[in-house]
Amino acid sequence: MDSVTLTDVTYTYPGSEGPVLRDINLSIRAGEFCSIIGPNGAGKTTLCAAIRGFVPKFYKGDFEGTVRIKGEDIADASIGEIARDVGFVFQNPFTQMSGITASVYDELAFGLRNLGVPPAQIRERVEGMLELAGITAFRDRDPFQLSGGQQQRVALAAMLIMEQDVIVIDEPTSQLDPQSTDDVFALIEAAQKQGRTIVLVEHKMGHVARYSDRVVLMGEGRIQAIGTPADVFTDPAAASHGITLPESIELAQRLAGHGVTVPGSPLTVPALIGALSGGSHHVAD
Amino acid sequence: MSLISLQDVTFSYPNGVLAVEGVSMKLSAGESVAIVGQNGAGKSTTVKMMNGLLRPTSGEIIVAGVNTRERTTAQVSREVGYVFQNPDDQIFNSSVRKEIEYGLKRMKLDEDEIERRVDDAAELTGMAPFLEENPFDLPLSIRKFVTITSVIASDCAALILDEPTAGQDRAGLERLGELIRTLQARGKAVVTITHDMEFVAANFERIIVMANRRVVTEGSPSAIFYDREAMAEARLNPPAVAEVAAALGCPEVGLDVTALARVLTERAALARA
Repeated sequence: MDSVTLTDVTYTYPGSEGPVLRDINLSIRAGEFCSIIGPNGAGKTTLCAAIRGFVPKFYKGDFEGTVRIKGEDIADASIGEIARDVGFVFQNPFTQMSGITASVYDELAFGLRNLGVPPAQIRERVEGMLELAGITAFRDRDPFQLSGGQQQRVALAAMLIMEQDVIVIDEPTSQLDPQSTDDVFALIEAAQKQGRTIVLVEHKMGHVARYSDRVVLMGEGRIQAIGTPADVFTDPAAASHGITLPESIELAQRLAGHGVTVPGSPLTVPALIGALSGGSHHVAD
Repeated sequence: MSLISLQDVTFSYPNGVLAVEGVSMKLSAGESVAIVGQNGAGKSTTVKMMNGLLRPTSGEIIVAGVNTRERTTAQVSREVGYVFQNPDDQIFNSSVRKEIEYGLKRMKLDEDEIERRVDDAAELTGMAPFLEENPFDLPLSIRKFVTITSVIASDCAALILDEPTAGQDRAGLERLGELIRTLQARGKAVVTITHDMEFVAANFERIIVMANRRVVTEGSPSAIFYDREAMAEARLNPPAVAEVAAALGCPEVGLDVTALARVLTERAALARA
């Protein structure tokens, strides 16, 4: 079943010259891990906002086409109603915090309290999520006193705890070190394993390659390429649309420029090492 | 003589949390240095002490020959510019031009000099097309370049870039690398905090690795990225070329892809013979 469906979506922000999204047709299956990549200004964040209904309901502007969540057209739903099915984490974690809670614990409990979840259940879910997200150590800290990386993990946890079927995450690891980035991806993957649908915007292509079922490459408001990570990262469109490549593919391509070709497309560094040490590469005479 | 020198510097926040412990480092004019390490390793605290935003609890910081204890934060920050991790901590003007001009007007420069500096800095960072826009209408990655432009325009001897690579696409990363080289060529010291090891490998001559509030080691990228212990302690992955060369037993190639290809070609020739 399709979880998120965009049909002929074209959108222009108020006062902007041309559309930011152009003729977007995209179906994301339930339980799929779908990453949106592309240069800055390609329309990735706007696409996320359209799935969450912020575009056009909050930002206004000219919107054409339809967005369906679990088969239902969201045109007539309110932003609050859409929130029941779609969780959302903003690009800048500093804008995500509610700003009215005094501790990380309360920040995680905030949404559940608004839904009227019984206190005992709230406690259980918050404790579980603090543990899962590796943020138990900051449970009593003021969210605004945390570092950018810590805030990013709190923002993600505060969204995941709401247990929506579709989660839309805009660059959740931009402020994170490599270890925390791995931890965040593990957290997102755990949500996917629960059957939830993941829509992720991310610049760290090594992680996109490793975790995604499908990759959507956007450029100039349009979908430029779509497919498995191996398909998209070896598509000539990837090079021409100014994205970085997973470091293993980037290195394989540079080696190929020096006459050493590796078959297939190694999506990870260990895969590249395996190909080179196993002798499956070809060296030009 | 070094432009910035930290001597056995320790910093505790007022709530008693120890953030930096016994850190010493030196930076020269015309040098670019990357500081790498985990979130919470003490990187941002260290660089904020370089420009006087934070004051060491103990130890000495010498900037351009003067101990920062004898200077106000405003005086130190005239020598050392700091670009915040979150651009929104820094931006408050309604146009990019006004944002960049703001610091220059406070320096009481004349109109022509202000215009010259704004245009030069904006040209350097690629922000020229955005000068009349409202910074808050621009994406985060561009707002970051706006804050970098402001600091460049103030013409400090040293610049500190706190995670400039976060959220940048390929064009942004290339522009940043180019910018760092240009600033270096102009004699500036450039200190960059980043988590992007491919970016470090491509753009820096010296790396300082921090972990658990201390400096673990420092050296050239080709030395540091093969230092397994230091990389493990800082929980960092080396760039792909170092990881591959180490696994294939040819660390002598360093970070040079051409040299790696040559080794692979030679080995294939030997295997055929």
